[in-house]
Amino acid sequence: MHLAPLACHGEPALSLPPSAIIAGALTRAFGERLAVNAVSFEVAAGEVFGFLGPNGAGKSTTARMLTGFITPTSGRALVAGIDMAQHPSEARRHIGVVPEEANVYADLSVWANVMLMAELHAVPKATRIERATRLLERFDLAGRATQKGAQLSKGLRQRLMLCMALVSEPQILFLDEPTSGLDVASARLIRDIVSEQNRTRGMTVFLTTHNMDEADQLCHRVAIIDKGRLAAIDTPDALRARVNSRRSVEVRFAQFSGRPGDLASELDHTEVTLLPNGFRAYTPQPGALAQEIAVHGAAMGLCIESMATLVPTLEDVFLSITSHAAAKAGAKEVA
Amino acid sequence: MSEFLWQARAALVVAKKNAMVYYLKPPVFTFGIIFPFFFYLAFAAGRNAPPETMAPGIVAMALFFTASAVGPLVTPWERQAKTYERLITSPASLIAILSGDVLAGTGFGVLLALLPLAIATLATPASVVAFLPLVLGIVLGSLSFAALGVLLAAPATQGPSQVMMLSNLVRLPLIFVSGVFIPVSQMPAWGRWLAPFSPLSYCADLIRSGFGETHYWSTLTDMTALCAFIIGFMFLAARWHKRTRDRAI
Repeated sequence: MHLAPLACHGEPALSLPPSAIIAGALTRAFGERLAVNAVSFEVAAGEVFGFLGPNGAGKSTTARMLTGFITPTSGRALVAGIDMAQHPSEARRHIGVVPEEANVYADLSVWANVMLMAELHAVPKATRIERATRLLERFDLAGRATQKGAQLSKGLRQRLMLCMALVSEPQILFLDEPTSGLDVASARLIRDIVSEQNRTRGMTVFLTTHNMDEADQLCHRVAIIDKGRLAAIDTPDALRARVNSRRSVEVRFAQFSGRPGDLASELDHTEVTLLPNGFRAYTPQPGALAQEIAVHGAAMGLCIESMATLVPTLEDVFLSITSHAAAKAGAKEVA
Repeated sequence: MSEFLWQARAALVVAKKNAMVYYLKPPVFTFGIIFPFFFYLAFAAGRNAPPETMAPGIVAMALFFTASAVGPLVTPWERQAKTYERLITSPASLIAILSGDVLAGTGFGVLLALLPLAIATLATPASVVAFLPLVLGIVLGSLSFAALGVLLAAPATQGPSQVMMLSNLVRLPLIFVSGVFIPVSQMPAWGRWLAPFSPLSYCADLIRSGFGETHYWSTLTDMTALCAFIIGFMFLAARWHKRTRDRAI
């Protein structure tokens, strides 16, 4: 059973399909430091699940425990219903992995790289040739099949890595920062294909990323990890609703050099970010504030060029949940 | 497909990958071919011994260096090249991956040992009188040296040069205590005491036997010892690699 396709991103699952991934109190210590501390969640079959967090929060360590590369200090990881600690090889037959900072074999051709992964997954010869041909075509690599991995740019290497992960047609795909540092075209192609695979094959995707837009576009649900602990887990829409205080009004005038507080008394007590000839003000009731700004602005003879009420972005949610927001708030209080 | 067959097939896939990627890497070429060649020249220079008496030792030494040259390179190279994590997260078990490394080293050793063997039998009066001990010596010796190479690759490092240095630290002393050029029976007492601790001693003994020369142990003892070394090295390699798997990433 699979989730509804990703036509409308962010929509929650309509049914309760079986879990493709279960993390049960996963914990990993490196010496004295707890990199991941009792992290628990479930990812439904056919779901695209985003795993967000600041650098060093424990995203990659969690992903590596789920793929069996790192052994948990305690806790349990089940992938496709199989315990990764007890039957790692069997569990890995159901997954494709694109690890962070991974690379292709520089001395092997593009074709040989894809064949290698297909053979490791015991894909029959005729099937692997058919799939590799189709995937290389889809990733715009068909013309480079005989080129060595070393001859590819970063974007092309990342496309090849995704081909290698998809050639076994895995039930579950683990992507660790798949579009980090890529050109716009490569990043979009990768996102499109991941989305397409989810839609057409019901492939579950576990995506760790720093890119909030990417998570917002692709993921049915996201989890936010901070300092090794799970800080939040929900659909992007539900997470946005948690931070109503991050709704905002953005206004730009033809010319503005005054004080935002002159336009609305509320602006003296709320967070305001100055912009060229305008500002963005954060408020739980942006509609009322927008009206007040418009009225006072007109009275002051200001010409409004643009005005918009904005809902919080996933980035706002992320910042408000993670310790960065706390640090920022702390710094503000001190100031 | 049973789990054993699945993993055996995966080991062959890994071995094929290793052959394609690593056989022509400079460190393998240097430490597997050039090194033993000059080692032989340095040893043979000035000696009056007829070449045919040195043939078994040369074949054993070539086998030792070539078979143990691939293993130490693979894991550190994969870590450095950032291909290790994906290999480990494939369905191939750690044992299958290590077995693939051993098979690649074994193939490299056997192939390249055929060269001095051919030269010795075609260009010198040396001749093979017993094929079984010779084949056993080459195959089991190659397997045990390749397994030693894989064991030496376990330290958590991304630098292949560090592991190659460590492997030479282990391999070079073994040459002198293994009866490669001087039969074990003619070695001093300390040498005869140390020789049984080296797999090369048993391999050289089997090859010597194949060439019809006096051997120190029985064929069965040589075989048993080499099998024990293969199992022991693989066991230790599996344990050590498991411990260092997620380090040096």
